[in-house]
Amino acid sequence: MSTIPDHLRYSAEHEWVAVSDGIARIGITEYAAEQLGDIVYAELPGEGDSVTAGEPCGELESTKSVSDLFSPVSGEVVAVNEAVKDSPETVNSDPYGEGWLFTVRVDGDPDDLLDSDAYAALIKEGE
Amino acid sequence: MGTAIRRTPLHDVHERLGAKFTDFAGWQMPLRYTGDVAEHTAVRTGAGLFDLTHMGEILLSGPQAGQALDYALVGNASAIGVGRARYTMICDDNGGILDDLIVYRTGDQDYLVVANASNAALVAGELIDRAEDFDTEVRDASTEYALIALQGPRSVALLAPLTPTDLSTVKYYASYPTTVAGRPALLARTGYTGEDGFELFVAPDDAEAVWAAVAGAGEVLPCGLSCRDTLRLEAGMPLYGNELTTELTPYAAGLGRVVKLDKPSDFVGRAALQKASAETPARKLVGLVTESRRAPRHGYPVVDPADGARIGEITSGAPSPTLGHAIAMAYVDADRAVPGSALAVDIRGTITPVDVVELPFYRRSS
Repeated sequence: MSTIPDHLRYSAEHEWVAVSDGIARIGITEYAAEQLGDIVYAELPGEGDSVTAGEPCGELESTKSVSDLFSPVSGEVVAVNEAVKDSPETVNSDPYGEGWLFTVRVDGDPDDLLDSDAYAALIKEGE
Repeated sequence: MGTAIRRTPLHDVHERLGAKFTDFAGWQMPLRYTGDVAEHTAVRTGAGLFDLTHMGEILLSGPQAGQALDYALVGNASAIGVGRARYTMICDDNGGILDDLIVYRTGDQDYLVVANASNAALVAGELIDRAEDFDTEVRDASTEYALIALQGPRSVALLAPLTPTDLSTVKYYASYPTTVAGRPALLARTGYTGEDGFELFVAPDDAEAVWAAVAGAGEVLPCGLSCRDTLRLEAGMPLYGNELTTELTPYAAGLGRVVKLDKPSDFVGRAALQKASAETPARKLVGLVTESRRAPRHGYPVVDPADGARIGEITSGAPSPTLGHAIAMAYVDADRAVPGSALAVDIRGTITPVDVVELPFYRRSS
């Protein structure tokens, strides 16, 4: 069973979101990282890009497959985790910490995100 | 279809090891345990242990078992020495590939045919039909075997203490009936990883004991199907459904060497294959490499870098854990299939340069 921290919120596309002072930090969940396998390449949005909730904004490639990265929120990209581009395996080893992907300036509190219980239920449903 | 998903006799062992499973050809098989790259690297540098029980096993036994296979397959089974094995194919009347197989001659009148999981039932049915006029028994024995593969340069050192057979005498593509950890096993020096290694055919009831003995013999990592795919791709080995299909003859797949047109007997597909042997295929199977970290994947178009015209299609592709860049196999127009040619692949809308190279991408140092 993968870890689902209580203090984060989640999208149905398996991203996590932590909002603080109008900045949303975004990554993929441990469950998503496990599903993908070893991530060997991360294509992330650029700083200043505008991203839209539910729309693809990058991709994550493992030895096994490639999948789109969806932005769970709308807004302007403020920062991108350059370390993950060089060491994409960090997404597997520390998905909620050093393996964060990008941050977005959000207007107010993002809608349509799941709490940890709802996300856990969603994963269980999919299995 | 609609039948229940099948589990191997090692399923509980995999669960205890924390395997992530995948449904493959009606079986629930381990996809990975620790991680694809770690498992891949273990096989290249040490040893990895695979459960391959999903593979199909068909037994032929009788005075005309060899002749039946000579008729049913494109190879010359009756010429295989006792204790040896061959890579071969079964084709339809049009010369189309139904499956690629390994045939083990286990006795003067005994053969074991190993088929891909996805084709196991089809191959068993075809062999039973095709052997009808021959004095031989044919039996789908898939449920009577668990198949455990130990692959990697440390395989001999790990397995030697567990078997009375002197492994230094077991040649590549040879098999011996012996025991492993005290359990009866057919021990074969075969594999699908590009490394030295062994495949152990054992009774389902013995699978757990044999797995435990090998896993406990030293440093060996349990490995899933995910790394098996990148290992075979680096080794340039075709996968049925990707590089090999019913639409292709062995010649079109660049594997015409497996067809023995000069064997004395008739065989299924002979006329079509005789014709195919004289033709130049429109497309050839090639290796492609790219410096891009984005890998070409199955089905992506290969294009002319000058004008974007479609000149081929990717059959398999992945980032290569051993080489550190992406590799792929593709069928491309024959005049563009020369090693050194600069081509391109449409990777989800981005035209990415690739170079044609000789296969395999990786060859173990002997």
